[in-house]
Amino acid sequence: MEHQVVHREAIGAEPLQPATIIARNVNVFYGAKQALFNVDVDVPRNAITAFIGPSGCGKSTFLRCLNRMNDTIPICKVTGKIMLDGQDIYDPDLDVVELRARVGMVFQKPNPFPKSIYENIAYGPRIHGLTRTKKELDELVEQCLEKAGLLKEVHDRMHEPGTGLSGGQQQRLCIARAIATRPDVILMDEPCSALDPIATAKVEELMDELKENYTIIIVTHSMQQAARVSQRTAFFHLGKLVEVGDTRQIFTNPRDKRTQDYITGRFG
Amino acid sequence: MSYSTILAGVAILAVIAFVGGLVRARGHAAGPVKMHSQLGYYGWYAAVLAALPAAILITVWAASEPAVLSRLVARELPATVDTLNAAQHSLAMGQIQSISEGLPKLGAADLAIIKKARLGFTPVEEAQRVLKEHGIVLGSPPPPYVINAAADLTENRAISRYLLAAIAGLLAIGGLFYGVRSIRPRLRARNAVEKVMLGGLAAASTVAILTTVGIVFSVLFETIHFFQGVSPSNFFFGTVWDPRFSAAGSADTIGQFGLLPLLWGTLFISFVALAVAVPIGLMSAIYMSEYASQGVRDVAKPALEILAGIPTIVYGFFALITFGPLLRDVGAMVGLEIAATSVLTAGIVMGVMIIPFVSSLSDDIISAVPQSLREGSYGLGATQSETIKRVVIPAALPGIVGAILLAASRAIGETMIVVLAAGIAANLTLNPFEPVTTITVKIVSQLTGDLEFDSPQTLVAFALGLTLFVITLALNVYALYIVRTYREEYE
Ligand SMILES: Nc1ncnc2c1ncn2[C@@H]1O[C@H](COP(=O)(O)OP(=O)(O)OP(=O)(O)O)[C@@H](O)[C@H]1O
Ligand SMILES: [Mg+2]
Repeated sequence: MEHQVVHREAIGAEPLQPATIIARNVNVFYGAKQALFNVDVDVPRNAITAFIGPSGCGKSTFLRCLNRMNDTIPICKVTGKIMLDGQDIYDPDLDVVELRARVGMVFQKPNPFPKSIYENIAYGPRIHGLTRTKKELDELVEQCLEKAGLLKEVHDRMHEPGTGLSGGQQQRLCIARAIATRPDVILMDEPCSALDPIATAKVEELMDELKENYTIIIVTHSMQQAARVSQRTAFFHLGKLVEVGDTRQIFTNPRDKRTQDYITGRFG
Repeated sequence: MSYSTILAGVAILAVIAFVGGLVRARGHAAGPVKMHSQLGYYGWYAAVLAALPAAILITVWAASEPAVLSRLVARELPATVDTLNAAQHSLAMGQIQSISEGLPKLGAADLAIIKKARLGFTPVEEAQRVLKEHGIVLGSPPPPYVINAAADLTENRAISRYLLAAIAGLLAIGGLFYGVRSIRPRLRARNAVEKVMLGGLAAASTVAILTTVGIVFSVLFETIHFFQGVSPSNFFFGTVWDPRFSAAGSADTIGQFGLLPLLWGTLFISFVALAVAVPIGLMSAIYMSEYASQGVRDVAKPALEILAGIPTIVYGFFALITFGPLLRDVGAMVGLEIAATSVLTAGIVMGVMIIPFVSSLSDDIISAVPQSLREGSYGLGATQSETIKRVVIPAALPGIVGAILLAASRAIGETMIVVLAAGIAANLTLNPFEPVTTITVKIVSQLTGDLEFDSPQTLVAFALGLTLFVITLALNVYALYIVRTYREEYE
C-alpha cells in the first residue's frame, strides 16, 4: 500500500472509503500484442467506479483481469500486481474459483443460461451451497429478482426459460444472477449497451442501491451514464490509464488534454 | 456407329463453335460498342448452342432405342412364339439380343455360316459353335427364327445409329452457325451461359432425388408383390423366421416370415453398440472440446476419425477372427458360456465403429456452445467441471441426442459386421451371449440364395429392406429435426 494513489477529492464530493482493489503496474499481452501498459488504479469500497475510453482501449481487458477471466484466453498474459482487500489475486496459491465467487461479473451481452429463470439465479447459490433448504433458496431467488427490479415482471413465469426474456430483462436477470452469489465486488461491462432508456434507468437505479453493500465497477461508453452513476471515473486511452479521479472533477475539470477531448466528444 | 463416336463428333463441333464464338467476339471487341460480357462467355455461348440440343437428342434416343427396336423385332416373330410360356419367351428374346450384339463382331466367313443356318442350310448347332468362338455363349442352339430376328435387329440398330448421327450432326452444325452468327456486342452471353449452368446444377440434384425415389418405388413394388403371397400379419407380427428354402416351390408351404426375431436382433445389437459408443464417444468429445490442448486435439481428433474410415468388412473380420474367440475364451475362464458369434461380439465391435460418429458430432456441437455461457458460469465461481456438467452439456443436449440418433441409424443399417459376427440364426432371446441375426443379415442371405426371383423367399428381402429403410429414415428425420431446432437457438 506504500504508493497508494492519493484521492484528489473535489469540493462537495462525499468522502470515499478506502480502496478495496489496488492495481499496480498491470501489463496485459494478447500473444505479442500489448493491450494494457502499466495501469495503476485504486477502486474504493462501496462506490461506483466508471471506466471510460474509446473502443479498443483496453477497458474490458482490465475489467477481466480483476476476476481473472482472462485466464480462459490461452494467449493472454497478465503481469503486475492486483490486490483485493490486501490479497494478491494473481498469487499462484489463490483459488480462482473462490475469487470469482467474490468478484461477480455482468457481461456486455446478456448471457442467461438456457435454463429457467429460477434455475439461472439458483445456479450460483447451489454451487456454493449458500442455502440449506428449498425454502431458503426460493427466498433468495425472489430477493435477488426483487433487487434487480425484475420480480414483478417474472414472478408468474419463474420456471420458463430465461432465454425467453427480452434483452433488457435478460440483462437484469444476469445482474440478479450475479448478486445471488453474494459477491463483494460486481464488475459490469457495458451492462446497458443493449438497453432502452427505461431499462437503462432501472439498471442505474439498481446500481445506486447496490453500492450500499457492494463495490461496483462499470464500463460504459455513455458519458452521461458515467457522470450520473459513478463516484470515480478512470479514463483509458490506447491501453494506458490516462487519468483517474473523482467523477465530478474528471467531467468538469480534467487534468489531461486527452480526457478533455474525449469527454467533449472531440475524439473516440 | 456407336454412341461414343456420335458424342465425339458433337464434342468436336462444340470445340469449333467455342473457337468460332471467341474469334467473332474478339472481332467485335475491337469495335466501338462495349461488349456485354467477357470474351470467354461468347465462346461458351456458341459451344452450348452447338452441343446442348444434340446432347439432349442423343440422351433421349439412347433411352428409347432399345424399346423401339425390340418392339420392331417382336412384330416380325412367327406366331408360334406367342404360344411359348413366359420363361421360354424371355429366353428367346434374350437369345435374340445377345446374337444381335455378337453379329457385328463376326468375320465374313463366320457371317456366311450364320446366314446359312438362318436359311436352314447348315445345322443351327454350327451357328451356336461359331458364336461361342466369339464369346457369345447360348444355352441351346438358336432356332432359325431367332437368328433371323437377331439379324433384323442388328440391321435396324445400325440404321437407327446412322439416323441419329445425321440428325445430331445437323442439330449441332445448325447450333454452331446460329450461335456464332448471333454474337453481337450487346448479346448477354454471360447471363445465357449462367442459365445453362444453373440448369446443369438443377439437373444434377434432380438425378439424385429421382434415384432415391426410384429405389424406394422399386423396393415398394417388390414388397407389395411379396405381400400378395404372404399376409402382412405373418410378416409383421410373426415370431418365427423359417422361410423354408428346401420347400420352396411346393404350393402349400410358403414358410414363416416373422419379422420380430430379426427386428429384435437388430435392436438388441444396436443397443449394445450404443451402450459402448455413447459413453466413450461422449466422454472423448468432452475431453477434446473442453480440456485437450490444441496440440492434443490436432493429433487425437483425426486419429479418432480414422476409426470411421475403416471399412466395415475389416471390423467384421476383426470381430470374427479376433474379438469373438477372445470373448468366448474370457467368458469360459469366468464360467460364462459365450458363443463366438453373439450379440455381445457384434454389438461391441459395432460400438467401436460408431464411436467417431458420436464423438465427432458431439464435439462440434459442444464447441458450438457459446463461450459467453461458459464465462457466465466461471464468473459465478463455478469450476470447469461444474460448468461442463451444469451449463455446457445441458445446452448441447439436443444436439448430442441428435448425434446419438444418427449413430443409432448407422448401427441399425450396418451389415458386414453383423453378417460375420452376430450369427445367422433368427433367435428371440434376451441373452447377449447367444447368437442372433438381424434384418440386414437376412436380406443378404435371402438374396444370395439361388431361388427364383419371384418366390416369397427372395421377395421377403424387399419387405425387410423397406422396413429397415422406414426405421432409419424416421430416426434420421427425427435426429435432423432435433439438431436443427437446437442450432437455431444461438443464432
Ligand atoms: N481475445 C483477444 N485476443 C487478442 N486481442 C484481444 C482480445 N481481446 C481484446 N484484444 C485486443 O485488446 C485491445 C483492448 O481490447 P478491449 O476489449 O479491452 O477493448 P475495450 O476498451 O473493451 O473496447 P470496447 O469499448 O470496444 O469494448 C484491443 O486492441 C483488442 O483488439
Ligand atoms: Mg469492451
